[in-house]
Amino acid sequence: MRILLVEDDPTVRGFVAKGLREAGHVVEQADNGKDGLFLAVSETFDTIILDRMLPGGIDGLRILETLRGQNNATPVLLLSALAQVDERVAGLKAGGDDYLTKPFAFAELLARIEALSRRGRGEAGPQTKLVVADLEMDLLSRAVKRAGQKIDLQPREFRLLEYLMRHAGQVVTRTMLLEGVWDYHFDPQTNVIDVHVSRLRHKIDKPFPTALIHTIRNAGYMVRPE
Amino acid sequence: MPSASAVVARFRLARTVRSASLRLAIVYAALFAISATLFLSFIWWATIGLLERQVEAAINADAQALSERWQEGGLPTLALTIQDRLEQNVDDDAIYLMVDGNGLRVAGNLRTWPRDVTRVDAWYQLPIARAGTRGMAEVHAFALPGNFRLLVGRDVRARVILKRLLTDTLLWALVMVAVLGTTGGFLLRGLFRRMVRDIARTTAAISQGDLSRRVPVSGSGDEFDRVAETINAMLDRIGRLMDGVKQVSNAIAHDLRTPITRARTRLEDAALHAGTTEDLRHAVERAVVDLDGITTVFEALLRISEIEAGSRRSAFASIDLAPLLGDLAELYAALAEEAQLTLSVSVPAPLMLWGDRLLIQQAVANLLDNAVKFSRPGGVVRLRGGIEAQQVRIEVSDQGIGMALADRARAPDRFYRAEAARSTPGSGLGLSLVQAVAQLHGGKLLLEDASPGLRAILALPVMPRAEERRDPLPADQEVTAASSADHPPANPAAL
Repeated sequence: MRILLVEDDPTVRGFVAKGLREAGHVVEQADNGKDGLFLAVSETFDTIILDRMLPGGIDGLRILETLRGQNNATPVLLLSALAQVDERVAGLKAGGDDYLTKPFAFAELLARIEALSRRGRGEAGPQTKLVVADLEMDLLSRAVKRAGQKIDLQPREFRLLEYLMRHAGQVVTRTMLLEGVWDYHFDPQTNVIDVHVSRLRHKIDKPFPTALIHTIRNAGYMVRPE
Repeated sequence: MPSASAVVARFRLARTVRSASLRLAIVYAALFAISATLFLSFIWWATIGLLERQVEAAINADAQALSERWQEGGLPTLALTIQDRLEQNVDDDAIYLMVDGNGLRVAGNLRTWPRDVTRVDAWYQLPIARAGTRGMAEVHAFALPGNFRLLVGRDVRARVILKRLLTDTLLWALVMVAVLGTTGGFLLRGLFRRMVRDIARTTAAISQGDLSRRVPVSGSGDEFDRVAETINAMLDRIGRLMDGVKQVSNAIAHDLRTPITRARTRLEDAALHAGTTEDLRHAVERAVVDLDGITTVFEALLRISEIEAGSRRSAFASIDLAPLLGDLAELYAALAEEAQLTLSVSVPAPLMLWGDRLLIQQAVANLLDNAVKFSRPGGVVRLRGGIEAQQVRIEVSDQGIGMALADRARAPDRFYRAEAARSTPGSGLGLSLVQAVAQLHGGKLLLEDASPGLRAILALPVMPRAEERRDPLPADQEVTAASSADHPPANPAAL
């Protein structure tokens, strides 16, 4: 995946670029708004990571607005030290697809980038069925089966599993689950998400020989065969 | 070179001219004088003018009647008529004189033709002497056929006296107007100065750093009082915000020092003593966890300040608490079950409130979090919603370790942790945030003894007080726009 990283802080930029390369992505970098805008409009990327406050007179939101003004729909993740709710709203209104505040964990950034790029590729038509190994989810009848065996899920458990399966093969962080499944934008002090995932595991994995829901250390969860 | 005193005097003069209070006084006096002058001029015009016009009309009518007599019967009839009129004139103010071509009197009560009257069809005002008395007369001359001339007039002595009287009165009135205007102007100036001086003194003291000063309020409830009250309310608010900032900086100075020290020590220790890469990695990871903890505290502090600053009020909307509380209960039910607790919920539907969805969610989540954290296995956590006396009450009660009375009073302070709570994880900011949210909504956070356990009640007015509603309401459309933007496609990644 080709990613453009616009960030002025050399330490953060170097670290993120290195991490993304290790994860198998191609990274182009810019350390100011002007270069960032030039690269963003002149080349094609799968995802753009954009710092909001940039030197060079052009800040992140201007780049984003210019891109969207040219009907460029490349997924953009805003990375910013501006953490207030209103700032976040401003970022998303300007056309951002996701907003991550500094300081951040690299795992969180990577997980969100990969989730975004999947959205960017777009799935052909609405899906009616999600399949991971022998786990099947029918989105129309809202039925879940594993190895042909029907599993009963509460509505919220169903949505949790759906979210995990839509991002099969990708790391999904706790914050992403909280936002995506519960629509909460705050950080609960306790491990609420872990408890819910463990209950889901109890139904999906426990009765079967192999586990599909995996815990990724220091990051989150992932649904994948094996 | 001007002397120092001259410079001072000029400076003073410049200051006096620039003084707003003096300008106010002058404007007041000028307005007063102008309106008084206009008023007096009107009186003048209405009385003197009216009298003059009346005399002229009477003379004209007289002349008209006399000329008709002339046409009817010629000279003798006219002379007779004049004689008649003079005899019937009770007021003795009529003046007639008819002369022939040589200027000799034919009829009338004037001895000779006045020398000044040379033209016909013109008004003259002149002193006359008749029957031994002198007076002022308004006369008009008419030409008659055969070189005869007729003078018709009225004695206007009375009018002259009245005019003089009125003029004197008006002059005195003008003097009074000047005196009253100046006095009033200065009184007004004094009043204005007093108010401005109070405000100026207070604000000067505040700019010197004494934030406790307030503008004195006279208690009469007048406009000055209202200005003073507004300024005082503003100062109160600034004071509260300053306290908040002070608390945060104190918190950063003291309470964040501990975790920062821990992280630093861990890293330094690892740098000096780690024997293996594994040890080093482990220490670094622990330090990162410490730093994340610091970030969390930091974000919570900033969020509380943001809420206290009141800027979030722009995102207020009408929200139904029933599904909101239901969802939160569902989120925490799993956690409660894990801790061998029962979570019971009772919320009437719908339960409407004017507020910020996000903040209410977070506040109730914090309360549930605490309830689960401080409960003992087997206990019951209750989440209840309801309306009581125009207030929405969201109650979270547990049967846990509870809180002493003294602790309950201090619990919402930033970083305050009761002795019994020190061993559990937490930052001591949870209830601070709940309290800030309650205050933003014009409500209160109440902590009560549930014996055993604690009952936390979020009491919020259904609609905030009118004064607090003033800012968000006019921008109704923006409010809805902002609140929907708060929940962006909700979950960008899931779409």
